[in-house]
Amino acid sequence: MDEQTLRLNVNGEVRRVTVEPRVTLADALRDECGLTGTHLACEHGVCGACTVLLDGEAVRSCLVFAVQAEGAAITTIEGLSPSDGSLSPVQQAFRDCHGLQCGFCTPGFVVSMTALLREQPNPSDEELRVGLSGNLCRCTGYQGILGAARQVIEAGGAG
Amino acid sequence: MKAAPFAYHAPETVDDVAGLLAAHGDEAKILAGGQSLIPLLALRLARFGHLVDINRVPELSGVTSENGWVRVAAGTRHRVMERDATVAGRVPLLTRATPLVGHFQIRNRGTVGGALAHADPAAEYPAVALALEASLEVRGPSGPREIPAAEFFVGTWTTSLEPDELLVAARFPTWEGRCGFAVEELARRHGDFAIVGAVCGVRVDEAGVVDKAALGFFGVGATPIRAGDAEAALIGRQGRVTAVDLAEIARLATRELAPSDDLHATGEYRRELASVLTERALTRALSEATDG
Repeated sequence: MDEQTLRLNVNGEVRRVTVEPRVTLADALRDECGLTGTHLACEHGVCGACTVLLDGEAVRSCLVFAVQAEGAAITTIEGLSPSDGSLSPVQQAFRDCHGLQCGFCTPGFVVSMTALLREQPNPSDEELRVGLSGNLCRCTGYQGILGAARQVIEAGGAG
Repeated sequence: MKAAPFAYHAPETVDDVAGLLAAHGDEAKILAGGQSLIPLLALRLARFGHLVDINRVPELSGVTSENGWVRVAAGTRHRVMERDATVAGRVPLLTRATPLVGHFQIRNRGTVGGALAHADPAAEYPAVALALEASLEVRGPSGPREIPAAEFFVGTWTTSLEPDELLVAARFPTWEGRCGFAVEELARRHGDFAIVGAVCGVRVDEAGVVDKAALGFFGVGATPIRAGDAEAALIGRQGRVTAVDLAEIARLATRELAPSDDLHATGEYRRELASVLTERALTRALSEATDG
């Protein structure tokens, strides 16, 4: 079907991409914008690796078509790190607490946890587990990730 | 794992949506939150020549309070339902069911109308709609019509909507007086589809006698199922938890269920689970109605 030229607002920058309507936001970010920090694993909404923020809310970018994201503010994992190359509080906590091993699921976890802790700055353990249940990790184990969340909470939030 | 090509339409009014559906018939599909449709497209379990995106139709979003009803426009997202004070105050069963729908990332996109029209047999909202006797507002080529929830859910992923009809809103009746509501479900992991779930509402009169009851299940058949015999048996009884024979109500509620076996559970297990969940949901709903 006919390609369309879209203006996507990604990490505060307007990007022009030309894609078919069937191209997901995840593919447009990776292939057209070169933002490969957004990872793609299951491509049908189960694993959470492709989580990005759409107008500040965490969504699975494999379950949004790029054409639907026109007009929204898109924030990817690249947009969560400070521009000086340092790490965001959530990223730093993942590093400190061994919240990652192979790193494949990490961008999705970091984006989800950032959104979760911005909205719920002081969740109970149960709320934290429920909140992170939409992201799968297959190697680190979840304890380090939960530890990272607790460090962020104790240090004053996701920023 | 990529969707087949389609033509994309993003109308801004219900009239235009209806026009596109009339023009393209069963070649067209409504794209609401996309949290069920896009996986089906990606897995190539479904393909459509035209997708009609309703996300840019303002009149398809929002919650309004009417006399005796709460009207939820079809494109209203789960996250809005989770936070909406009108829903929490007037249809608390919906508020309590919402956090169980998928994960929060899914609820940020998923819509009430999408969940109802997709009609997954293990989904929460169809069971709530059925148990509370919601009414579905539909728009088709010959104008609007209303479908009672009892006539809406036909089978797995199948409703009585025609291919050229759009679900515009769901209207949920509000219960006044001393009421209690509960949702109980068992899922392998929070956010997964439930293996079985039960929804329950009860109301007691000034003497504490049950005068209204609603009980429904999901995950035990091709559609949500309402337990009419159990509801009837509750009416006229003292509503205190200790005064109700919970096991008898659960037996009445589940005796005609015939859930099938699948990867997650046997039918026998599901039926037993439905019984356990009935007792739990009823206990919570009755406690709330009689303590409050």
